[in-house]
Amino acid sequence: MNELLDPLLLSRWQFGLTTIYHFLFVPLTIGLATTVAIFQTAWVRSGHLKYLQLTRFFGKIFLINFAMGVVTGIVQEFQFGMNWSDYSRFVGDVFGAPLALEGLLAFFLEATFIGLWIFGWDRLPKKLHLATIWVTALGSILSAYFIIAANAFMQNPVGYDINEAKGRAELTDIGALLTNKVAVAAFPHTIFACFMVTAGLIIATAAWHLYRNQHLETMRPALKFGLWMMVGAGILTVLSGDQLGLAMVETQPMKMAAAEALYRTSTGADASFSIFTLGTPDGVHELFSIRVPYLLSFLSTHTFDGTVEGINDLQAQYVQLYGPGDYTPTIWVTYWAFRWMIGLGMLHVLIAVVGLWLTRKGRSPRWRWLWRVAVWAFPLSLGAMIVGWVFTEMGRQPWIVFGLLKTSDAVSPGITGLDVLISLIAFTAIYGTLAVVEFKLIKKAIQKGPDDVPEPDPESGDVRHEATVY
Amino acid sequence: MDLTVLWFCIVGFLFIGYFVLDGFDFGVGMSLPFLGRDDTDRRVLINTIGPVWDLNETWVIVAGASLFAAFPEWYATLFSGFYLPLLLILLALILRGVSFEYRHQRPEAAWKRRFDRMIVIGSAVPAFLWGVAFANIVAGVPLDANHDYIGTFFGLLNPYALLGGLTTLLLFFTHGVVFVSLKTDGDIRLRARRLATRAGVATIVVAAAFLLWTSVAYGTLASVLLSAVAAVTLIAAVLANARGREGVSFALMAVTIAVAVLSLFFALFPDVMPASNDPANSLTIENASSSAYTLTIMSWVALIFLPLILAYQGFTYWIFRKRVSRAQIPAVESAGGHAGDPSIDPQGAH
Repeated sequence: MNELLDPLLLSRWQFGLTTIYHFLFVPLTIGLATTVAIFQTAWVRSGHLKYLQLTRFFGKIFLINFAMGVVTGIVQEFQFGMNWSDYSRFVGDVFGAPLALEGLLAFFLEATFIGLWIFGWDRLPKKLHLATIWVTALGSILSAYFIIAANAFMQNPVGYDINEAKGRAELTDIGALLTNKVAVAAFPHTIFACFMVTAGLIIATAAWHLYRNQHLETMRPALKFGLWMMVGAGILTVLSGDQLGLAMVETQPMKMAAAEALYRTSTGADASFSIFTLGTPDGVHELFSIRVPYLLSFLSTHTFDGTVEGINDLQAQYVQLYGPGDYTPTIWVTYWAFRWMIGLGMLHVLIAVVGLWLTRKGRSPRWRWLWRVAVWAFPLSLGAMIVGWVFTEMGRQPWIVFGLLKTSDAVSPGITGLDVLISLIAFTAIYGTLAVVEFKLIKKAIQKGPDDVPEPDPESGDVRHEATVY
Repeated sequence: MDLTVLWFCIVGFLFIGYFVLDGFDFGVGMSLPFLGRDDTDRRVLINTIGPVWDLNETWVIVAGASLFAAFPEWYATLFSGFYLPLLLILLALILRGVSFEYRHQRPEAAWKRRFDRMIVIGSAVPAFLWGVAFANIVAGVPLDANHDYIGTFFGLLNPYALLGGLTTLLLFFTHGVVFVSLKTDGDIRLRARRLATRAGVATIVVAAAFLLWTSVAYGTLASVLLSAVAAVTLIAAVLANARGREGVSFALMAVTIAVAVLSLFFALFPDVMPASNDPANSLTIENASSSAYTLTIMSWVALIFLPLILAYQGFTYWIFRKRVSRAQIPAVESAGGHAGDPSIDPQGAH
C-alpha cells in the first residue's frame, strides 16, 4: 500500500503523463501556425481563393488544438513547484530564467497575436492581419527554443556553478545556457519533427477527402504541400537527429548505450545497430537479433572504427564518480522507444516519397487503399514524436539533472502520496474526457472540409470578411 | 535599488496585471447565469472577452515563471505547500479555457449549456481560490526549517483566508460586470449596470471587512494607507457605475484591485512567505531569491520587454475597443435542424 502511495512514483507518472499529453498538442500548434501563415501568405500574394479556404480550414483545426495546448501548458509550469519543489530549489536560479524568458518573450506574443488573428479578419488591414499569424508562429517557435534550452540543462548542465552554502546550482553564464550544444541540436530536431507531425495531419486530411473524391480544388494542393513538407522536414529531422546523437554520446554516453542496449564497450564492426531484438525481459540476454555492423559506431562517432562505451563500463565509471547506485535507465524502454522513433520517422518519409511519385504531374494512384494508408500518417507521426520524448527523458534517468541531482531527491518533501494520487486521478479523468471531445471535434472539422468563402468584390478584388464571433 | 526589491516589485506588478486583467474575465464568466438570458446574450458576454482572455491568462504563467526565476524558494514553497488549491485552480482554468473554444463548435443547446456551466465553474473557482491563497501568504503558514509547508489542506481554509477568497470572488465579479456594461450595448448593458450596483455594495462590505482584518492583524503603515485608498476607489467605482459612468467605474475597479493587491504585498514585505509557527523559518526576499547574476539578467529582459509587451497588448485592446451587441451575433448555424435555444426571447433584441 505504501508503494502505491509513494509521492515520488506517483509524481513521476503524473509528470510523464501530463507532459506527453501536453506534447500531443504542441507539434500541431507550432506546425499549423506556420502552415496557416504560409497559406494565408499565398492567398494575400496570389489572390487565389483556394488558399483562403485552406487558411480558414487549417486555421480552424489549429484553434481547436491551440486551446488544449495552452491550458495543458500551464499545468506543466506549475508542476515544477507543486511536485518537484526540491528540484525547483536546486535549479531555480538557472532553470527559472529560460522559463521566465519564454513567458515574457514568447507566450505573451503568442497569446496576444492569436487573439488579433482570430478576431481581426474584419478589423485589421489585410497585410497587418497576415503579420499577426506570422507573429503567433514566431512566438510558438521561440517558446520551443526556451523550453528546450531549459530541458537541455537537465541533460547537459552548463553555464552554472554549485553554491555549496545554499546547496543549489547558480547561473554564471546565460550565453552558455542558451547555446548548450544539446539545445542547439535538439531545437531543430524537435521543430522539424513538429513539422513532420503537421505534414502527417495535412496528408491524412487530404487523403481522406481525395479518397471520397471531394474538395479536389483545395485538397489536391494541400496533399502536395503536405507531402513535400513531410519529405523536407523528414530529411532535416534525420540530419538534426544525427547531430543530437553526437551531442548525446558526448554528454550522456549512458543514454546512447541504453538506446542500443549495448552492455559491453564495442569498437568498429562490433558496434553494430540492431534493427530488432528478441531477448529476456531484463534485456541482458539476447535470443535473436538483426544487426547492421558498424552502424552504431557511425551514429555515435561518425567513423566506422569508433568505440562506443557500454552500459557495464559506464555503470562502473559512474559508481566511482558519484558513489554507489544504479545509473542505468530502464533499458527496454529506451531500446524500443529509440527504434520506434527512428522506424516511424523513416516510414513517414517513405510514405511521402511514394506519395509524391504516385501523384506526380496530377496523377491519381490506381490503388484506392493507398489513401487509407496515407490517413495513418498523422497518428503514427505523432506516435514517433512521443516515443522520441519518452526516449530522451527516460534515458536521462536516474538523474533529473544529469550528474547533479537524482530524480529521487527532487520530489516535494511536503506533499503526501494521497495528494498526488488525487491530482493524478483528477488529471487523468479530465485529460481523458477532453481527449475524446478534442478528437471528435478535430475529426468533425476535418471531415466537414473547407467552407466556401465569399466571392471577392469584382472591382477591388477584396474579400469582405465577416466578423469572427464566438 | 536592491535587485531583490526590484523583483519583489516586478512579481507584484505581474500578479496585479493578472488579477486586474483575468479578474474581469472571471467576472464575465461568473455573470453568465445572471446576465445571459438566452444564448445570444451569453454569446455577447463571451465575445466581450473573446479576443483577450488568453493574453490575460498568460499573465499568471509569466508571474509564475518570474517567481521561479527570481525567487525559487518562494515558488517551491508556495506551489508545493498549496498543492490542492493550485490543483483546483489548474483544473478550473483548463475547463474555462477549452470551453471558450469548444462551446461554439456545435449548435446543440445542451452542448452549449454544458460548456456554459464549465465557464462559470472555471471562473468562480480560481476567483475564490486566488484570494484564499494570497490571504494565506499574508497571514503566514507553518513552515519547517527547509521552508516546506507542514500544515494541511484544511489548514488553508481558515476564516481569514475564506474571507480573502470571498473578497476576490466578489471583487472580480463586480469588476467583470462593470466590464460588461462598458463593452456591451442595449438591454444587457443596463442590466449589467444594475447588477454591478448590487454586487458592488456587497463587495464593499466584504472587502472592507477583509482589508480591515488585514490592516489590524498584519498591516504596516503603507499597507493600511493603501487599503484605505482601495476602499475609497471601490466606493467611487460603485458610485460611478450607478451614474452610468462606465469607463470611469471600470478604471476605478481596476485601480481598486491593483491597490488592494499592492497593499497585500506591502503587508508582506520584506517577507515573501512568513512562517506562522517560527519566524526563523520565514522566507524573505533575501533568503528566497536567486543570485545577483540571474536577477541582473532578468532585470534587463524585464525592463526592455515589459514596456513592449504593454504596448502590443494595449494595441489589442484598442483594436477591440468597440462594444459588442446582440445585432452582431449571427444566428446559430442550424446544422441538422436541432439548433437554437428554446429560451430565445425575441423581445430581448431591442
